[in-house]
Amino acid sequence: MEDIVKKRIKQVLKGDQSAFEEIVSLYQNRLYQVCYRMLGNRHEAEDIAQEAFIRAYINLHTFDQKRKFSTWLYRIATNLCIDRIRKKKPDTFLDAPVPGTDGLDHYSRLAHDSPLPEEEVEKMEQQERVQYEISRLPDKYRSAIVLRYIEELPLQEISEILDLPLGTVKTRIHRGREALRKQMKKL
Amino acid sequence: MKPCPEEIVQYMHDYLDGEITRRDEQILKEHLEQCPACQEHMDQLSRSVAFLKSASHIEAPEGFSARIMASLPKERQGAGVRRWFGRHPMLAAAAMFMLLAGLALFSNFNTSDQQLVVSTQPNLVVEGNKVTVPEGETVKGDLVVRNGELHIEGEVEGDVTVINGSKYMASTAVVTGRIEEIDRAFEWLWYTIKSGIKEGLSVFEGPGADDKEK
Repeated sequence: MEDIVKKRIKQVLKGDQSAFEEIVSLYQNRLYQVCYRMLGNRHEAEDIAQEAFIRAYINLHTFDQKRKFSTWLYRIATNLCIDRIRKKKPDTFLDAPVPGTDGLDHYSRLAHDSPLPEEEVEKMEQQERVQYEISRLPDKYRSAIVLRYIEELPLQEISEILDLPLGTVKTRIHRGREALRKQMKKL
Repeated sequence: MKPCPEEIVQYMHDYLDGEITRRDEQILKEHLEQCPACQEHMDQLSRSVAFLKSASHIEAPEGFSARIMASLPKERQGAGVRRWFGRHPMLAAAAMFMLLAGLALFSNFNTSDQQLVVSTQPNLVVEGNKVTVPEGETVKGDLVVRNGELHIEGEVEGDVTVINGSKYMASTAVVTGRIEEIDRAFEWLWYTIKSGIKEGLSVFEGPGADDKEK
Protein backbone atom coordinates (compact mmCIF):
# COMPACT_ATOMS: atom_id res chain seq x y z
CA MET A 1 0.00 0.00 0.00
CA GLU A 2 2.86 2.34 0.80
CA ASP A 3 3.94 1.97 -2.85
CA ILE A 4 0.62 3.24 -4.17
CA VAL A 5 0.73 6.07 -1.68
CA LYS A 6 4.23 7.07 -2.77
CA LYS A 7 3.14 7.11 -6.39
CA ARG A 8 0.19 9.34 -5.50
CA ILE A 9 2.43 11.65 -3.46
CA LYS A 10 4.68 12.15 -6.48
CA GLN A 11 1.65 12.99 -8.62
CA VAL A 12 0.42 15.52 -6.08
CA LEU A 13 3.86 17.09 -5.93
CA LYS A 14 3.82 17.44 -9.71
CA GLY A 15 0.62 19.45 -9.39
CA ASP A 16 -2.08 16.78 -9.76
CA GLN A 17 -4.36 17.71 -6.89
CA SER A 18 -6.89 14.96 -7.58
CA ALA A 19 -4.28 12.29 -6.70
CA PHE A 20 -4.62 13.45 -3.11
CA GLU A 21 -8.16 12.12 -2.89
CA GLU A 22 -6.97 8.53 -2.95
CA ILE A 23 -4.54 9.27 -0.13
CA VAL A 24 -7.39 10.75 1.90
CA SER A 25 -9.67 7.78 1.34
CA LEU A 26 -6.93 5.33 2.31
CA TYR A 27 -6.26 6.99 5.66
CA GLN A 28 -9.43 8.86 6.56
CA ASN A 29 -10.90 6.21 8.88
CA ARG A 30 -7.72 5.68 10.85
CA LEU A 31 -7.06 9.38 11.24
CA TYR A 32 -10.62 10.21 12.16
CA GLN A 33 -10.66 7.38 14.69
CA VAL A 34 -7.51 8.61 16.45
CA CYS A 35 -8.92 12.12 16.64
CA TYR A 36 -12.24 10.88 17.92
CA ARG A 37 -10.66 8.73 20.64
CA MET A 38 -8.34 11.55 21.68
CA LEU A 39 -10.98 14.28 21.73
CA GLY A 40 -14.14 12.32 22.52
CA ASN A 41 -16.31 14.43 20.23
CA ARG A 42 -17.34 13.70 16.66
CA HIS A 43 -17.56 17.28 15.56
CA GLU A 44 -14.12 18.19 16.86
CA ALA A 45 -12.67 14.95 15.53
CA GLU A 46 -13.84 15.79 12.02
CA ASP A 47 -12.51 19.30 12.34
CA ILE A 48 -9.05 18.18 13.44
CA ALA A 49 -8.79 15.22 11.04
CA GLN A 50 -9.68 17.55 8.18
CA GLU A 51 -7.10 20.07 9.34
CA ALA A 52 -4.50 17.29 9.50
CA PHE A 53 -5.12 16.28 5.87
CA ILE A 54 -4.98 19.86 4.68
CA ARG A 55 -1.70 20.43 6.50
CA ALA A 56 -0.32 17.23 5.05
CA TYR A 57 -1.26 18.46 1.57
CA ILE A 58 0.31 21.87 2.04
CA ASN A 59 3.52 20.47 3.56
CA LEU A 60 3.76 17.40 1.37
CA HIS A 61 7.05 18.59 -0.13
CA THR A 62 8.64 18.34 3.34
CA PHE A 63 7.71 14.67 3.71
CA ASP A 64 10.76 12.43 3.49
CA GLN A 65 9.69 9.79 0.98
CA LYS A 66 12.06 7.22 2.44
CA ARG A 67 9.87 7.11 5.55
CA LYS A 68 6.45 5.69 6.21
CA PHE A 69 3.68 8.06 5.18
CA SER A 70 1.18 6.91 7.81
CA THR A 71 3.65 7.72 10.60
CA TRP A 72 4.01 11.26 9.30
CA LEU A 73 0.26 11.67 8.95
CA TYR A 74 -0.46 10.29 12.45
CA ARG A 75 2.10 12.70 13.80
CA ILE A 76 0.40 15.73 12.29
CA ALA A 77 -2.96 14.56 13.63
CA THR A 78 -1.81 13.72 17.17
CA ASN A 79 -0.01 17.05 17.47
CA LEU A 80 -3.17 18.88 16.43
CA CYS A 81 -5.22 16.85 18.93
CA ILE A 82 -2.80 17.57 21.76
CA ASP A 83 -2.89 21.30 20.94
CA ARG A 84 -6.67 21.24 20.91
CA ILE A 85 -6.85 19.46 24.28
CA ARG A 86 -4.47 22.01 25.82
CA LYS A 87 -6.53 24.91 24.52
CA LYS A 88 -9.69 23.46 25.96
CA LYS A 89 -8.33 23.45 29.50
CA PRO A 90 -9.59 26.33 31.63
CA ASP A 91 -7.05 29.07 32.33
CA THR A 92 -7.66 28.93 36.06
CA PHE A 93 -4.73 28.37 38.33
CA LEU A 94 -4.51 24.65 38.66
CA ASP A 95 -3.78 24.60 42.37
CA ALA A 96 -6.53 27.06 43.25
CA PRO A 97 -9.24 25.35 45.31
CA VAL A 98 -12.44 24.60 43.45
CA PRO A 99 -15.34 26.40 45.12
CA GLY A 100 -17.87 24.15 46.80
CA THR A 101 -15.50 21.22 47.17
CA ASP A 102 -13.68 20.26 50.29
CA GLY A 103 -10.02 20.97 49.63
CA LEU A 104 -10.25 19.65 46.07
CA ASP A 105 -8.08 21.60 43.62
CA HIS A 106 -8.13 21.74 39.84
CA TYR A 107 -5.39 19.14 39.57
CA SER A 108 -7.59 16.47 41.03
CA ARG A 109 -10.45 17.53 38.80
CA LEU A 110 -8.31 17.37 35.68
CA ALA A 111 -6.94 13.97 36.53
CA HIS A 112 -10.45 12.58 36.73
CA ASP A 113 -12.01 14.90 34.18
CA SER A 114 -14.87 15.50 36.63
CA PRO A 115 -15.80 11.84 37.14
CA LEU A 116 -19.43 10.90 37.00
CA PRO A 117 -21.19 9.24 39.93
CA GLU A 118 -20.76 5.48 39.94
CA GLU A 119 -24.43 4.67 39.25
CA GLU A 120 -24.26 6.79 36.09
CA VAL A 121 -21.17 4.97 34.87
CA GLU A 122 -22.78 1.60 35.49
CA LYS A 123 -25.78 2.55 33.36
CA MET A 124 -23.52 3.34 30.38
CA GLU A 125 -23.44 1.13 27.35
CA GLN A 126 -20.17 -0.66 26.75
CA GLN A 127 -19.03 1.60 23.88
CA GLU A 128 -19.95 4.75 25.72
CA ARG A 129 -18.02 3.47 28.69
CA VAL A 130 -14.88 2.78 26.61
CA GLN A 131 -14.82 6.35 25.39
CA TYR A 132 -15.51 7.64 28.90
CA GLU A 133 -12.60 5.72 30.39
CA ILE A 134 -10.22 6.85 27.63
CA SER A 135 -11.25 10.46 28.15
CA ARG A 136 -10.42 10.18 31.86
CA LEU A 137 -6.81 9.25 31.13
CA PRO A 138 -4.31 12.08 31.55
CA ASP A 139 -3.45 13.36 28.01
CA LYS A 140 0.16 12.21 28.23
CA TYR A 141 -0.95 8.62 28.54
CA ARG A 142 -4.02 8.97 26.38
CA SER A 143 -2.17 9.48 23.08
CA ALA A 144 0.15 6.53 23.70
CA ILE A 145 -2.71 4.27 24.82
CA VAL A 146 -4.93 5.20 21.85
CA LEU A 147 -2.14 4.53 19.36
CA ARG A 148 -1.27 1.25 21.06
CA TYR A 149 -4.70 -0.27 21.70
CA ILE A 150 -7.09 1.47 19.31
CA GLU A 151 -4.79 1.76 16.32
CA GLU A 152 -2.77 -1.30 17.40
CA LEU A 153 0.53 0.18 16.32
CA PRO A 154 3.91 -1.24 17.32
CA LEU A 155 5.81 0.59 20.09
CA GLN A 156 8.56 1.66 17.69
CA GLU A 157 6.08 3.43 15.41
CA ILE A 158 4.40 5.14 18.35
CA SER A 159 7.78 6.46 19.42
CA GLU A 160 8.25 7.97 15.94
CA ILE A 161 4.75 9.45 15.85
CA LEU A 162 5.04 11.08 19.27
CA ASP A 163 8.71 11.91 18.74
CA LEU A 164 9.62 10.34 22.07
CA PRO A 165 12.29 7.78 22.98
CA LEU A 166 11.06 4.21 23.02
CA GLY A 167 11.60 3.99 26.79
CA THR A 168 9.36 6.99 27.41
CA VAL A 169 6.61 5.49 25.25
CA LYS A 170 6.79 2.24 27.22
CA THR A 171 6.59 4.12 30.50
CA ARG A 172 3.57 6.07 29.32
CA ILE A 173 1.79 2.95 28.22
CA HIS A 174 2.59 1.22 31.53
CA ARG A 175 1.29 4.19 33.50
CA GLY A 176 -1.71 4.45 31.21
CA ARG A 177 -2.57 0.81 31.86
CA GLU A 178 -2.17 1.32 35.59
CA ALA A 179 -4.38 4.43 35.49
CA LEU A 180 -7.02 2.52 33.58
CA ARG A 181 -6.83 -0.38 36.02
CA LYS A 182 -7.44 1.97 38.94
CA GLN A 183 -10.29 3.72 37.14
CA MET A 184 -12.04 0.44 36.48
CA LYS A 185 -11.24 -1.73 39.48
CA LYS A 186 -14.83 -2.79 39.85
CA LEU A 187 -15.30 -3.86 36.25
CA MET B 1 4.05 -12.33 54.62
CA LYS B 2 7.07 -11.01 52.82
CA PRO B 3 6.46 -8.11 50.37
CA CYS B 4 6.32 -8.91 46.65
CA PRO B 5 9.50 -8.25 44.63
CA GLU B 6 9.38 -4.79 43.04
CA GLU B 7 10.11 -6.02 39.55
CA ILE B 8 6.95 -8.17 39.43
CA VAL B 9 4.77 -5.26 38.27
CA GLN B 10 7.41 -4.39 35.66
CA TYR B 11 7.31 -8.00 34.44
CA MET B 12 3.51 -7.74 34.12
CA HIS B 13 3.91 -4.76 31.79
CA ASP B 14 6.74 -6.40 29.86
CA TYR B 15 4.44 -9.38 29.44
CA LEU B 16 1.61 -7.16 28.16
CA ASP B 17 4.02 -5.45 25.76
CA GLY B 18 5.05 -8.88 24.49
CA GLU B 19 8.64 -8.10 25.40
CA ILE B 20 9.29 -10.38 28.35
CA THR B 21 12.24 -12.77 28.43
CA ARG B 22 11.62 -16.46 29.05
CA ARG B 23 13.39 -16.27 32.38
CA ASP B 24 11.32 -13.28 33.62
CA GLU B 25 8.14 -14.88 32.40
CA GLN B 26 8.93 -17.97 34.44
CA ILE B 27 9.54 -15.82 37.56
CA LEU B 28 6.26 -13.94 36.98
CA LYS B 29 4.28 -17.15 36.53
CA GLU B 30 5.65 -18.71 39.67
CA HIS B 31 4.98 -15.57 41.67
CA LEU B 32 1.39 -15.16 40.46
CA GLU B 33 0.61 -18.76 41.39
CA GLN B 34 1.40 -18.11 45.02
CA CYS B 35 0.35 -14.43 45.38
CA PRO B 36 -3.40 -13.68 45.05
CA ALA B 37 -2.82 -9.89 45.29
CA CYS B 38 -0.50 -9.86 42.29
CA GLN B 39 -2.77 -12.27 40.47
CA GLU B 40 -5.59 -9.77 40.99
CA HIS B 41 -3.37 -6.92 39.77
CA MET B 42 -2.48 -8.85 36.63
CA ASP B 43 -6.13 -9.72 35.98
CA GLN B 44 -7.18 -6.11 36.29
CA LEU B 45 -4.49 -5.02 33.82
CA SER B 46 -5.46 -7.71 31.34
CA ARG B 47 -9.12 -6.81 31.66
CA SER B 48 -8.38 -3.12 31.09
CA VAL B 49 -6.49 -3.96 27.92
CA ALA B 50 -9.25 -6.29 26.70
CA PHE B 51 -11.77 -3.58 27.48
CA LEU B 52 -9.86 -1.03 25.38
CA LYS B 53 -9.55 -3.48 22.52
CA SER B 54 -13.32 -3.97 22.57
CA ALA B 55 -13.74 -0.41 21.30
CA SER B 56 -15.61 -0.56 18.02
CA HIS B 57 -14.01 0.79 14.89
CA ILE B 58 -14.98 4.33 14.11
CA GLU B 59 -15.35 5.42 10.51
CA ALA B 60 -14.99 8.86 9.06
CA PRO B 61 -18.37 10.51 8.39
CA GLU B 62 -20.03 10.46 4.98
CA GLY B 63 -18.54 12.90 2.47
CA PHE B 64 -15.41 13.47 4.54
CA SER B 65 -12.88 13.17 1.71
CA ALA B 66 -15.02 15.28 -0.64
CA ARG B 67 -15.08 18.06 1.94
CA ILE B 68 -11.33 17.90 2.25
CA MET B 69 -10.81 18.01 -1.50
CA ALA B 70 -13.09 21.03 -1.67
CA SER B 71 -11.15 22.91 0.97
CA LEU B 72 -7.64 22.33 -0.37
CA PRO B 73 -5.86 25.48 -1.48
CA LYS B 74 -6.54 25.94 -5.20
CA GLU B 75 -3.26 27.04 -6.67
CA ARG B 76 -0.55 24.57 -7.50
CA GLN B 77 1.54 27.05 -9.43
CA GLY B 78 2.33 29.04 -6.31
CA ALA B 79 3.49 25.93 -4.55
CA GLY B 80 5.49 24.95 -7.62
CA VAL B 81 7.30 28.27 -7.59
CA ARG B 82 8.00 27.93 -3.88
CA ARG B 83 9.40 24.43 -4.45
CA TRP B 84 11.56 25.69 -7.28
CA PHE B 85 12.94 28.41 -5.04
CA GLY B 86 13.56 25.82 -2.38
CA ARG B 87 15.65 23.76 -4.81
CA HIS B 88 17.58 26.71 -6.25
CA PRO B 89 18.41 28.96 -3.33
CA MET B 90 21.19 30.81 -5.17
CA LEU B 91 19.00 31.64 -8.14
CA ALA B 92 16.21 32.62 -5.79
CA ALA B 93 18.54 34.96 -3.93
CA ALA B 94 19.77 36.49 -7.19
CA ALA B 95 16.20 37.00 -8.41
CA MET B 96 15.26 38.56 -5.10
CA PHE B 97 18.25 40.88 -5.30
CA MET B 98 17.40 42.02 -8.81
CA LEU B 99 13.81 42.65 -7.78
CA LEU B 100 14.80 44.71 -4.75
CA ALA B 101 17.45 46.62 -6.66
CA GLY B 102 14.89 47.43 -9.34
CA LEU B 103 12.36 48.57 -6.77
CA ALA B 104 14.95 50.75 -5.04
CA LEU B 105 15.85 52.43 -8.34
CA PHE B 106 12.22 52.99 -9.21
CA SER B 107 11.44 54.56 -5.89
CA ASN B 108 14.56 56.69 -6.22
CA PHE B 109 13.39 57.84 -9.62
CA ASN B 110 9.96 58.77 -8.30
CA THR B 111 10.93 60.57 -5.10
CA SER B 112 13.40 62.88 -6.81
CA ASP B 113 10.63 63.70 -9.26
CA GLN B 114 10.20 67.40 -8.83
CA GLN B 115 13.57 68.63 -7.69
CA LEU B 116 16.11 70.16 -10.05
CA VAL B 117 19.38 68.32 -9.79
CA VAL B 118 22.44 69.40 -11.64
CA SER B 119 26.10 68.45 -11.55
CA THR B 120 28.20 71.21 -10.03
CA GLN B 121 30.53 72.86 -12.46
CA PRO B 122 31.58 76.41 -11.49
CA ASN B 123 30.63 78.19 -14.70
CA LEU B 124 27.07 76.87 -15.07
CA VAL B 125 24.27 79.42 -14.74
CA VAL B 126 21.17 78.19 -12.91
CA GLU B 127 17.93 80.22 -12.99
CA GLY B 128 14.80 78.49 -11.69
CA ASN B 129 14.82 75.14 -13.46
CA LYS B 130 16.82 76.43 -16.37
CA VAL B 131 20.47 75.52 -16.58
CA THR B 132 22.65 77.37 -19.05
CA VAL B 133 26.13 76.75 -20.38
CA PRO B 134 26.95 80.38 -21.31
CA GLU B 135 28.39 81.28 -24.70
CA GLY B 136 32.16 81.35 -24.74
CA GLU B 137 32.45 79.31 -21.54
CA THR B 138 33.83 75.77 -21.37
CA VAL B 139 32.37 73.30 -18.86
CA LYS B 140 34.85 70.59 -18.00
CA GLY B 141 33.60 67.11 -17.16
CA ASP B 142 30.30 65.28 -17.64
CA LEU B 143 27.14 67.30 -17.23
CA VAL B 144 23.99 65.81 -15.71
CA VAL B 145 20.71 67.72 -15.40
CA ARG B 146 17.65 66.18 -13.81
CA ASN B 147 14.17 67.72 -13.87
CA GLY B 148 15.27 70.84 -15.71
CA GLU B 149 15.85 72.56 -19.01
CA LEU B 150 19.39 72.60 -20.32
CA HIS B 151 20.49 75.35 -22.70
CA ILE B 152 23.89 74.83 -24.25
CA GLU B 153 25.41 77.92 -25.81
CA GLY B 154 29.03 77.26 -24.93
CA GLU B 155 31.20 74.19 -24.84
CA VAL B 156 31.02 70.99 -22.77
CA GLU B 157 34.11 68.81 -22.52
CA GLY B 158 32.38 65.55 -21.62
CA ASP B 159 29.06 63.66 -21.86
CA VAL B 160 25.73 65.43 -21.45
CA THR B 161 22.83 63.61 -19.81
CA VAL B 162 19.35 65.09 -19.38
CA ILE B 163 16.92 63.18 -17.19
CA ASN B 164 13.23 64.05 -17.18
CA GLY B 165 13.82 67.36 -18.87
CA SER B 166 14.61 69.05 -22.16
CA LYS B 167 17.69 70.29 -23.92
CA TYR B 168 18.30 73.18 -26.32
CA MET B 169 21.47 73.45 -28.31
CA ALA B 170 22.47 76.86 -29.64
CA SER B 171 24.40 77.03 -32.91
CA THR B 172 27.49 77.85 -30.92
CA ALA B 173 27.18 74.75 -28.76
CA VAL B 174 29.97 72.17 -28.71
CA VAL B 175 29.75 68.89 -26.83
CA THR B 176 32.79 66.65 -27.02
CA GLY B 177 31.14 63.59 -25.42
CA ARG B 178 27.86 61.80 -26.02
CA ILE B 179 24.45 63.40 -25.52
CA GLU B 180 21.70 61.39 -23.87
CA GLU B 181 18.13 62.18 -22.88
CA ILE B 182 16.29 59.96 -20.46
CA ASP B 183 12.56 60.39 -19.94
CA ARG B 184 11.14 57.21 -18.57
CA ALA B 185 11.68 55.10 -15.55
CA PHE B 186 12.81 52.16 -17.59
CA GLU B 187 15.49 54.12 -19.38
CA TRP B 188 16.64 55.59 -16.08
CA LEU B 189 17.00 52.09 -14.74
CA TRP B 190 18.95 51.01 -17.80
CA TYR B 191 21.13 54.07 -17.58
CA THR B 192 21.91 53.40 -13.91
CA ILE B 193 22.83 49.81 -14.65
CA LYS B 194 25.02 50.86 -17.60
CA SER B 195 26.90 53.47 -15.65
CA GLY B 196 27.22 51.05 -12.76
CA ILE B 197 28.88 48.55 -15.05
CA LYS B 198 31.09 51.24 -16.57
CA GLU B 199 32.24 52.32 -13.14
CA GLY B 200 32.84 48.74 -12.20
CA LEU B 201 34.94 48.23 -15.31
CA SER B 202 36.89 51.43 -14.80
CA VAL B 203 38.26 49.96 -11.59
CA PHE B 204 40.01 47.35 -13.71
CA GLU B 205 41.24 49.85 -16.24
CA GLY B 206 43.54 51.37 -13.66
CA PRO B 207 43.99 54.94 -12.43
CA GLY B 208 43.31 57.85 -14.73
CA ALA B 209 40.36 56.29 -16.48
CA ASP B 210 37.91 57.68 -13.97
CA ASP B 211 38.52 61.40 -13.66
CA LYS B 212 34.90 62.46 -13.90
CA GLU B 213 33.75 65.17 -11.53
CA LYS B 214 30.95 64.22 -9.22
